[in-house]
Amino acid sequence: MSVELDVFVVNTTIMDEEVYQLWLDGYTVNDAVKVRMEGGVLEGCDASAEVLHSDTMDQYRTFQMCERLLHSPVKLANQLLFQIPPHRQTMLIERYYAFDSVFVREVLGKKLSKGTKKDLDDVSAKTGVTLKSCRRQFDNFKRVFKVVEELKGPLVENIRKHFLLSDNLARDYAAIVFFANNRFETGKKKLHYLTFQDFAFCAGQLINNWTVGALGESLRSAFVFSDNMVEDMDVDLEKEFLQDLKELKILITDRDLLDQHKSLVCTALRGKTKAFNEMEANFKNLSRGLVNIAAKLTNTKDVRDFFIDLVEKFIEPCRSDKWTAGDMRLYLTHYTNSAHVLDTFKHQVVWDRYMGVIKSCILKMYHD
Amino acid sequence: MPGKLKAKIVAGRHLPVMDRASDLTDAFVEVKFGNTTFKTDVFPKSLNPQWNSEWFKFEVDDEDLQDEPLQITVLDHDTYSANDAIGKVYIDIDPLLSCEAATVISGWFPIYDTIHGIRGEINVLVKVDLFNDLNRFRQSSCGVKFFCTTSIPRCYRVALVHGFVEELVVNEDPEYQWIDRIRTPRASNEARQRLISLMSGELQRKIGLKVLEMGGNAVVGYLQCFDLEGESGLVVRAIGTACTLDKLSPGTDSKEPVFSEDPPHPLSGPPTPLRTLPSSSPPPFSPSKPCSRQSSSSDTDLSLTPRIGKTSPPSSPSPPLSAPFLIPSQKLTEFPIFTLTCFPPGFLVHVGGVVSTRSVKLLDRIHNPDEPETRDAWWEEIRQEIKSHAKALGCHAVVGYSESTSICEEVCILSASGTAAMLNPRFMREGCLDTGGSDHSCGFVHIPYDEFNMPFPAQLTYCYHCRRQKVPDVLFTTIDLPAEAEVTGKGCLIQARLCRTKKKAQGEVNATSISNLLPFMEYELHTQLMNKLKLRSMNALFGLRIQISVGENMLLGLASATGVYLSALPAPGGIQIAGKTPSDLSYDQHISTMQKRIDDTIAKNKELYNIHPPECIEEVVGSPIPDRQRSSRLFRSTSESSDELSELDLSHGKKDAFVLEIDDTDAVEDIQSLLTDAPIPAGFYSCNTEVMPGIYNWTSGLQMFTSVRVYRLSNANLTNQGLNKIFTDLCENLLKSLYFKLRSMIPCCLCHLNFTVAVPEEELIQVRGHTYLKIELCVFVCFPGSGENEEQLQFSMELFSSSERCSPLPEGRSRSLRSTRSLPCGAPVTVVKMTPLSFLPGTRIVKYLGIINMFFIRETTSLREEGGVSGFLHSFIAEVFAMVRAHVAALGGNALVSYSMKECVFMENPNKNQAQCLINVSGDAVIFIRESDQEAIPPLLSSRQTSSTGADGTT
Repeated sequence: MSVELDVFVVNTTIMDEEVYQLWLDGYTVNDAVKVRMEGGVLEGCDASAEVLHSDTMDQYRTFQMCERLLHSPVKLANQLLFQIPPHRQTMLIERYYAFDSVFVREVLGKKLSKGTKKDLDDVSAKTGVTLKSCRRQFDNFKRVFKVVEELKGPLVENIRKHFLLSDNLARDYAAIVFFANNRFETGKKKLHYLTFQDFAFCAGQLINNWTVGALGESLRSAFVFSDNMVEDMDVDLEKEFLQDLKELKILITDRDLLDQHKSLVCTALRGKTKAFNEMEANFKNLSRGLVNIAAKLTNTKDVRDFFIDLVEKFIEPCRSDKWTAGDMRLYLTHYTNSAHVLDTFKHQVVWDRYMGVIKSCILKMYHD
Repeated sequence: MPGKLKAKIVAGRHLPVMDRASDLTDAFVEVKFGNTTFKTDVFPKSLNPQWNSEWFKFEVDDEDLQDEPLQITVLDHDTYSANDAIGKVYIDIDPLLSCEAATVISGWFPIYDTIHGIRGEINVLVKVDLFNDLNRFRQSSCGVKFFCTTSIPRCYRVALVHGFVEELVVNEDPEYQWIDRIRTPRASNEARQRLISLMSGELQRKIGLKVLEMGGNAVVGYLQCFDLEGESGLVVRAIGTACTLDKLSPGTDSKEPVFSEDPPHPLSGPPTPLRTLPSSSPPPFSPSKPCSRQSSSSDTDLSLTPRIGKTSPPSSPSPPLSAPFLIPSQKLTEFPIFTLTCFPPGFLVHVGGVVSTRSVKLLDRIHNPDEPETRDAWWEEIRQEIKSHAKALGCHAVVGYSESTSICEEVCILSASGTAAMLNPRFMREGCLDTGGSDHSCGFVHIPYDEFNMPFPAQLTYCYHCRRQKVPDVLFTTIDLPAEAEVTGKGCLIQARLCRTKKKAQGEVNATSISNLLPFMEYELHTQLMNKLKLRSMNALFGLRIQISVGENMLLGLASATGVYLSALPAPGGIQIAGKTPSDLSYDQHISTMQKRIDDTIAKNKELYNIHPPECIEEVVGSPIPDRQRSSRLFRSTSESSDELSELDLSHGKKDAFVLEIDDTDAVEDIQSLLTDAPIPAGFYSCNTEVMPGIYNWTSGLQMFTSVRVYRLSNANLTNQGLNKIFTDLCENLLKSLYFKLRSMIPCCLCHLNFTVAVPEEELIQVRGHTYLKIELCVFVCFPGSGENEEQLQFSMELFSSSERCSPLPEGRSRSLRSTRSLPCGAPVTVVKMTPLSFLPGTRIVKYLGIINMFFIRETTSLREEGGVSGFLHSFIAEVFAMVRAHVAALGGNALVSYSMKECVFMENPNKNQAQCLINVSGDAVIFIRESDQEAIPPLLSSRQTSSTGADGTT
């Protein structure tokens, strides 16, 4: 005797969140049954492994049928096939689009192409995330990327509207899209210590301050509904701004300005930190590092190396001098502010726009 | 030309990609009714077309309006080749024909294709302008309301019950016509869907005509069935109860509440039971009368009420009794049949017991579809037999009546069952609003038959409630527990399962061997039920449904019922095991351990179901009671014509234990099956009736589900016992599976558990010695709770007795708040509840919108790709639910009550990667409002409400 057919269909779709997670994680039905058994679902129930298997199968089938709808979450709300209460729909979508940080760390900044997808089995082997789950996550990234690529308006908002994601998840996707678009290098060994959340934070900073949309952002805060046309692309850095950054070079090329800047910073820092001597000694190097990064950003190749440059030119020297996070904050604050006092330095606006982002990025990235 | 049908095609969405090159679709729509077809413009290159068509107008006879569905076909325009069909929507416009039901059909319908399933949705508007036609000889019956519900619908008042209506339509099955060899599967499926839709429309119209002739305006308990007889044709038949219903509208508050407050009737007290005694007294339970090959095709007249005079013995009706049954302008029928299972208080006077009949027939090709006489005659014969059984039980009516068939190749078992009862005749007359008669709750259990000439052996005692009338020791019925019945403890689902092998045979030999097996099966099922009932120390069964299905080499019997302890009946005795060879010591020991296990189980069950009847009764009998008894006897002997008092001891039933002789191999099996029934997990309750006896605090959280399982029996040479064990295990496993799935919803009650078994033929599959067993289950889950009003009860449970609640709710709320923010534009899909019950706990039905009766076929030629048989069926059932919900929503409703999946025929051919499935579903579309919303409504409404819910009492 064997079960030939076994289905269980509900009017208002029942879903077990635990099984959903197992499905998302790419477990096969048999493995999922094992995990559930070990998790003790059968305790207190007079049920056999067979029952558990049948239940798992039912749920897996439901998820498979839902998957098509989850690819365009807006459809999930007005489709007729499954009657799912709204809060369940939200859960389904949110979990489907959730990703493993170890996985995303591997593909962050890579081109979301077929080539990358082919390499997913390596990623799977490396991260321990099942290939099935890797594929789902990768396809999610790609899908979101494709949709928002062609859309106008703020990136995070677009993602939220089209995929019905929570704010946080939409922000993370914005970061992924932004990284994929600009192809930032994140895979170098020196960058390994950085987590996805570090990068996502930096991406947020860049999107909010350095893109074309960023201008609109500041305007929008004043006039909420006015301008949808101005902020075209949140995904590309503003060309004009990058051009302007070249002007900052004067801070290191003009000897007087450099000395002046150094003395201002040192005066402000003296006695406030144990690392003062190192700061004083390294000032010129560090300043050159930061300004050179700024000056080179017109070059796409150098944009890709933005993070590696930050680490090599700034974070590593500081770390070897054993700066604390507090030292870092203090230094960057005075470094930024002192430039305003320099009479011959005329690029205050660009400087602030540049340093604002650099400061918060470095502070985020400055950890072990 | 008495009707104008208007349809407007608004828009489509989520259409499939039909043009691979552009990834888009050039869609247009054909709207067809009868022979008239209209087309919309092509909406090019879009998956979400906006047609916004003009109103397409069809001028048609109302006869056609009733028979035909509106057929909407969505197509993809193709310049060079033929246009591809995307899918279809059939809309039954019957609900628009009654002024009290829906006025417009408007909404999104899934576009359905029999090969691909649901492919997008279409927004349609349909209206009907009906001109009054007072032609006496008309063929239409517009305006007659149909209800699947087997009780009086909630917002109506019954003015008059007319009685039984039946009709039957036959046709050739398109699947078996010669043309099927050359047309595509899609065309064949669509022809079949359309034909069945037409046939059920015609059937409904014809029944409606009968109702109009009888002077009624509604059919309650409408039960329509299909018999797919294969080569020999397709039969669509329906039965129902004709009534005259008055709508309770908010304005009519001055009227008396439904079934109460009437001037006391002069003849209060139960009417005299009939004293007709048939010479041969068949057992109440299993009077199966097999007969092979029906040759006499009597000229059955198609008149409304079955003729009685022919068969009833002249002695039967006592004149004073039949008089109240004379319905004006109506043929006399002294044995009315009712498909209702739930009655207004006072309607049932006495209940005799279950009557059932089975008959084995050989199917013959239906030569002339216009003359369905043979099938008619078959059913006529069966109904006559049911009536005579009822008469033998001293009853003049059959309630809770239903009919069913089981077909295997050319053999067909026709079954009918019901409950013999005495009814309060006042309900048969005009203006019969009183509850009348018995003011005590025990009346219906009193025996209707003569205690000295009992039609079957039974232990009679005086009623434990009123102490005046005799009651049997156990009572089996097919109806729901009457609201007035007093119950001790809680009820539970009781099932008897049986498998019997038979030899493969053809034709008459086969029919004869089946006929010979049937009585034994009925007997064994009965014994099993009785044992299980006693094991749970209960004394009555409600909602009994016995299904016998025939397969090529076996017969399956499945009896389900809800057991309860009726306070008015005597406590059941225990089960005694006796061995025939008491000399052997070890044998004795064996018996005594068995006995102990049984006694333990009984004790445990008493605890479980909370059955603690007052034990002191017997002692009291000694002193003060006899006086009262005597006086009551006196009273009775005056009020009733003849009443010789027998000196039955009240405690008699109690002492008597049910004896099982263990030497009997059958008994061993019985005991096995008794003890292998797994106990129901804590927090769960199950029953197959509408409400669970003994539970009164329901929440409005509910969930309906359908489960289908098919098993392959690997060895066809199994013994009866082996098969029985397998069958029992399958049923138990299915239940266990349900308990497991629903574990998060405890406390939870599975109501209206409806098992269906079948042994599907497998001519397609060339695997020998394999038999399939299909179990289908349709269940409705209700969660008992403290009955608070909550908005989102689906997933939050109230703990039963304590006031503490698990609280996922606030969280759920905040989440849903957020989700409304993030949900996209476009109206959210209306939530439509579906339930096999006739009501939704915690809510009030404010309007009935019409009957939903839909038939779907789904076929696939890529079974593996669709996830195998399970994947295929899973998505098909989900699609059927979706289509039903869409239709209910388009009528303006938010629930489907009395839902049932009547047919689910599944065929597969894995070798060819093919499968086909047919599903028939029905129910009543309604609008309900929550009780909490009701507080906002003027008090007069709510006061009316209390009276109308009074009928069911337990909600």
